[in-house]
Amino acid sequence: MEAFELLFQGFQVLFTVKTLALMMVGLVLGIFVGVLPGLGGPNGVAILLPLTFTMDPTSAIVMLSCIYWGALFGGAITSILFNIPGEAWSVATTFDGYPMAQQGRAAEALTAAFTSSFIGSFVAVMLITFLAPRIADFALRFGPPEFFAVYLLTFCSFVGLGREERHKIVISMALGLLLTGIGMDTVSGQLRMTFGSTDLLRGVNFLVAVIGLFGISEILLTMEERLALQSHVAKISPRVVWQTWKTLPRYWVTLLRSAAIGCWLGITPGGAIAASFMGYNLAKRFARDKESFGKGRIDGVLAPETAAHAAGTSALLPMLALGIPGSGTAAILLGGLMVWGLNPGPLLFIEQKSFVWGLIASMYLGNIVGLVLVLSTVPLFAAVLRVPFAAIAPMIIVSCAIGAYAIQNAMFDIWLMLLFGVVGYVFKKRGYPLAPLTLALVLGSRTEDAFRLSMIGAGGDLRVFWSNWLVGTITTLALVMLFWPLIEKVVGGAGRMWRMRPAKA
Amino acid sequence: MKIEEPASPASDDRAVVASRNVEIVVSLMLMALAAVLGWDNWRLGAGWASDGPQAGYFPFYLSVMLGAASLYGLFVAMRQRALAEQPFVTRDQFRRVLQVLVPTFLFVLLTALLGLYVASFILVAGFMWFIGKIAAWKSLLAAFIFVAVMFVTFDVAFDVIMPKGPLEAAFGR
Repeated sequence: MEAFELLFQGFQVLFTVKTLALMMVGLVLGIFVGVLPGLGGPNGVAILLPLTFTMDPTSAIVMLSCIYWGALFGGAITSILFNIPGEAWSVATTFDGYPMAQQGRAAEALTAAFTSSFIGSFVAVMLITFLAPRIADFALRFGPPEFFAVYLLTFCSFVGLGREERHKIVISMALGLLLTGIGMDTVSGQLRMTFGSTDLLRGVNFLVAVIGLFGISEILLTMEERLALQSHVAKISPRVVWQTWKTLPRYWVTLLRSAAIGCWLGITPGGAIAASFMGYNLAKRFARDKESFGKGRIDGVLAPETAAHAAGTSALLPMLALGIPGSGTAAILLGGLMVWGLNPGPLLFIEQKSFVWGLIASMYLGNIVGLVLVLSTVPLFAAVLRVPFAAIAPMIIVSCAIGAYAIQNAMFDIWLMLLFGVVGYVFKKRGYPLAPLTLALVLGSRTEDAFRLSMIGAGGDLRVFWSNWLVGTITTLALVMLFWPLIEKVVGGAGRMWRMRPAKA
Repeated sequence: MKIEEPASPASDDRAVVASRNVEIVVSLMLMALAAVLGWDNWRLGAGWASDGPQAGYFPFYLSVMLGAASLYGLFVAMRQRALAEQPFVTRDQFRRVLQVLVPTFLFVLLTALLGLYVASFILVAGFMWFIGKIAAWKSLLAAFIFVAVMFVTFDVAFDVIMPKGPLEAAFGR
């Protein structure tokens, strides 16, 4: 198997003292941001990104992805011990995790959560190992029209499948796409939407927007809600871990089902949030006594955690193979790759072999080390939450400012971050989704370039998007996705009429 | 039977602004933004040249989309009576939000004048002391340790240069 060989080489890249040390640092920082209220995966990665600017790409991405794993693990701690989901995808974990903690079974719940996260990610990483090279291989045949069609599909499925009000999704996406247009136009060299400002000439950097939209706005929201923390004591002993592990094989169906749901929703832009709820609901539906869910059942913790982490991890698959992030955090990691001049997409697997396989190997290793680390240090991280918010809030603000400034060494960016913070606060409160905006910020200029390159290639003929079966299928699928709510209504209506007829007769 | 709770003087949950008004203002602002951006791109050329779209083509139609979606949002907000009753933010909440927003604004202003590290020290110490009501010595110590760690991490270890002011200049960094 070629994949095994390459993976083995990846591990060789990884096993240096420096990389392993960075990995540990990344994991600890990640758990830390995952535990802190008002931070989490995407914010943590965005804020800590500047730390990696001076490293070589492999060390940098290893550290970043470890921050991501850490944050994923950390989210479970607050959900179970404090009933505060550190992330939207840990909401479902609180349903049964917190009752377990109330019953004094916190250690059991935490062990279950960490272990199932580990299993979920592990399945997804295996999927990446074997599927990503194939997809990348396949995508090598892609030209600009195909890429544009794939981007279009991503955007359209956000609009068609989103749960928020449609016009708000469109607003958020259009805003993101417009922001990427600011500055120098890459095709014609003309200046767009700069209004004579030299600061706008650089364009709006994606990370500055993300730090403001997620980091600063989250601080404002946390402050507004005034968190009341009630912690349950947790100390994980090896005996509890062992006893919990012994019960896990009993739940293999739940674990497998959740992992499958997670992988599927992670690759399509359904995301980890949908995955965690779906995993939980399906576990409930298939359970023999449904009443005991929500009162502290261990599979109520296992199901959402496995699904969320499988989704969070498999979101990296389209990012690596196609250059399309499957989640907000994946989008930020992609932004990081571009900072180092790496162009995510199918060519990455050929041009940067050692980098890609180093990253994939680090996913395996990061997960294992993360599991051990988090099991042994829970009390320490739970103590972090007892630090008063008045001390944490200004420190997070400073970290955000450092992150925003470091990207382009511009004071203007710190102001911009503040502006985005206020925008993010209002948007979050009024249900304007931020994920389409983030996605648009990352993919905006690539989408436009792909479109214009295909136009130049085809002499301005729009039919190029239906010129062969591949691009035609993707484009058509994109349009179906866009009008999905409409189609569903029509099909549903027709179905109802069809069913009504025999009743009348 | 519904029991009226006595209003406690400490909490003030009257609305500063209703959700509907926020929704309307946001829609109007987005429409204005769409108009400005749309005009700028129209000026640049939003047509279709022989080899495909001109530079302003995409942003122009995106502005149109943004404008249309926010116009729709405006109508939706106008029609929803229930939103007029729903507070966007209560006075209590707003006060707490300002407690962090105003210091953040001042911090950014100070960063431009005195450099990031000095501004950070003032922000962390001031926030802990005055807003968090944490003992002065603890606040000052925590702020000092935090800024020192940040300086060593970014400036010394990782060579990430932050805006600096007169204090750093005095130490020759």
